[in-house]
Amino acid sequence: MQHVSPIREPLVTGGKTYHDITQDVCRQVEAKPNIRWAAALAVALVGLAIFLYSVYRTLWYGIGEWGLNKTVGWAWDITNFVWWVGIGHAGTLISAILLLFRQKWRTSINRAAEAMTIFAVICAAMFPVLHMGRPWLAYWVLPLPNTFGSLWVNFNSPLLWDVFAISTYFSVSLVFWYIGLIPDFATIRDRATGPIARRAYAALSMGWTGSAKAWSRYETVSLILAGLATPLVLSVHTIVSMDFATSVIPGWHTTIFPPYFVAGAIFSGFAMVLTLMIITRKVFFLEDYITLEHVESMNKVIILTGSIVGIAYTTEFFIAWYSGVEYEQYAFINRAFGPYWWAYWSMMTCNVITPQLFWFRKIRRSLTATFIISIFVNIGMWFERFVIIVTSLHRDYLPSSWAMFSPTIIDIGVYVGTIGLFFTLFLLFAKFFPVVNMAEVKAILKSSSEVKHAHTSHGKSMHGTAPESNTNTPHTNE
Amino acid sequence: MNKKFVLGIYDDEDVLLEAIENVRAAGTKIYDVFSPYPVHGIDDVLGIKRSRLPIVAFFCGLFGTSFALWMQIWMLGFDWPMIIGGKPHIAIPAFIPVTFELTVLCSAFGMVITFFIVSRLKPSFKVNVFDKRSTDDKFVMAIEVKEGVTDMSALNNLLRSNGAIEVNEKEVIK
Repeated sequence: MQHVSPIREPLVTGGKTYHDITQDVCRQVEAKPNIRWAAALAVALVGLAIFLYSVYRTLWYGIGEWGLNKTVGWAWDITNFVWWVGIGHAGTLISAILLLFRQKWRTSINRAAEAMTIFAVICAAMFPVLHMGRPWLAYWVLPLPNTFGSLWVNFNSPLLWDVFAISTYFSVSLVFWYIGLIPDFATIRDRATGPIARRAYAALSMGWTGSAKAWSRYETVSLILAGLATPLVLSVHTIVSMDFATSVIPGWHTTIFPPYFVAGAIFSGFAMVLTLMIITRKVFFLEDYITLEHVESMNKVIILTGSIVGIAYTTEFFIAWYSGVEYEQYAFINRAFGPYWWAYWSMMTCNVITPQLFWFRKIRRSLTATFIISIFVNIGMWFERFVIIVTSLHRDYLPSSWAMFSPTIIDIGVYVGTIGLFFTLFLLFAKFFPVVNMAEVKAILKSSSEVKHAHTSHGKSMHGTAPESNTNTPHTNE
Repeated sequence: MNKKFVLGIYDDEDVLLEAIENVRAAGTKIYDVFSPYPVHGIDDVLGIKRSRLPIVAFFCGLFGTSFALWMQIWMLGFDWPMIIGGKPHIAIPAFIPVTFELTVLCSAFGMVITFFIVSRLKPSFKVNVFDKRSTDDKFVMAIEVKEGVTDMSALNNLLRSNGAIEVNEKEVIK
């Protein structure tokens, strides 16, 4: 059971012991909030305030507060919705698909990535709900017997599929995340000194004791949840893309949409995970757990999905020409050279060209470069959704209904506001919940840590002796 | 009723696995083993049977599939049939997305709720942890002491000779 590859880098550096992991991860949960965290929270709360004000305006005065018109009836709101849902996907991908593929490097980033999923889906859900105009009637999308007779919801509509897809995705991700948190809550409970903390984490940890039988069931549950979440994550973005693909608008009505949207989702999600992780590891001193090896692995996923997205753009263009449908041809020429050319070329630059820089190992392993490129990808993916939605809608079959779209201050406010909402939730999570999955990192410590690597290179074995990795003294053979 | 336990504390998973085998071979019944993370291979040496939760997940999923199909077919096909975009009333291909989502939802929730029930996990303020270090960095093997039957010093020796760094006693009020 002792495998160490000389060509693979250690996933936990700094010669950590089990106790060190507990200490390092619990530190920010137990310590008083530091000034950087408080400052970040203050900025996020300003964003949240902008969100609340914009929502108030939207609800009080109606959707007319947004820049929508009769031609472009779906602009920033659906753009933001698809963008946020896409960002959420990386979390499930890291925790579910990489678990099934037995990728050990997921262990120290999966917790934060899953939290990102939950918060991104919350932000995403705001947009369709607000777009209803009367969110207090949102329950109408559920198949409930209603006062108008038993008129049911339309199960033929992709918008209704979305309701089921997003709510299932949200609740299953939440459960998956919570199951993973239980053992770590137990660790914090057993270390807690204050009565409030002890009771709160005792309630959250559901009475977890870490007995062998419970662990055995826990692993079964995690594996099956991963097996369920994997097709789920693919289905969610496939269904989101069907919102467009099942219509007859030129530029939307394409069969490439489901796989292309899924690739784009993973692409933007990994970019957001990188953006967050680079900050988190710095602020919470987690450099030994979120190593350059992790950043590099994620960058490799970015190259892959970025290239898929690039191929998808080219294929769309080719198929528009090859189909011989003049409306389709016009839609694509208009995207690249029409009034929204700047959005199209921003998308191309950010999504197709910049991630290709990761082919260079030096850039792939540079934190600054990775951070900048990840921001570029986030921007590019937002433009992708914008291009698909607005450029296809603003010139449809009837030239008499052609129109341009420009956002109002409230449009911008709601969008910027959800970023504030997202970061408020993420910062609260980072303060009160363990950011790194301690139990899983401990489980890989013996096979993938620096201590283990040092031992193999010296031809020693940890087996059967009292190994240094388990004593409470720091390891110093570097 | 009070129950008395002897706790063997270990600090390495490989030592623990060997100790479990030896203690069981010596004819001592292990009450439970507590670890900070899932130890690879502990199921076999402790004789834990494979969990039947996958079966629960399967049947919950099956319920989700049939419920979703029944719901959509009955609602749009029989209770209030409407022609939507010229599609047939019972348009099975259009029902697939919702059916899939409800299958996953029922399967996941059914399994997780069952997991909580069978593992007796519920939010509670008082938790009976044998040794608090078992959620940090130690592995704890608990052996129940039967008054007048268990030979304490032999048990102590057995645990120590198999690599326990500490042997403690603990009384638990049930």
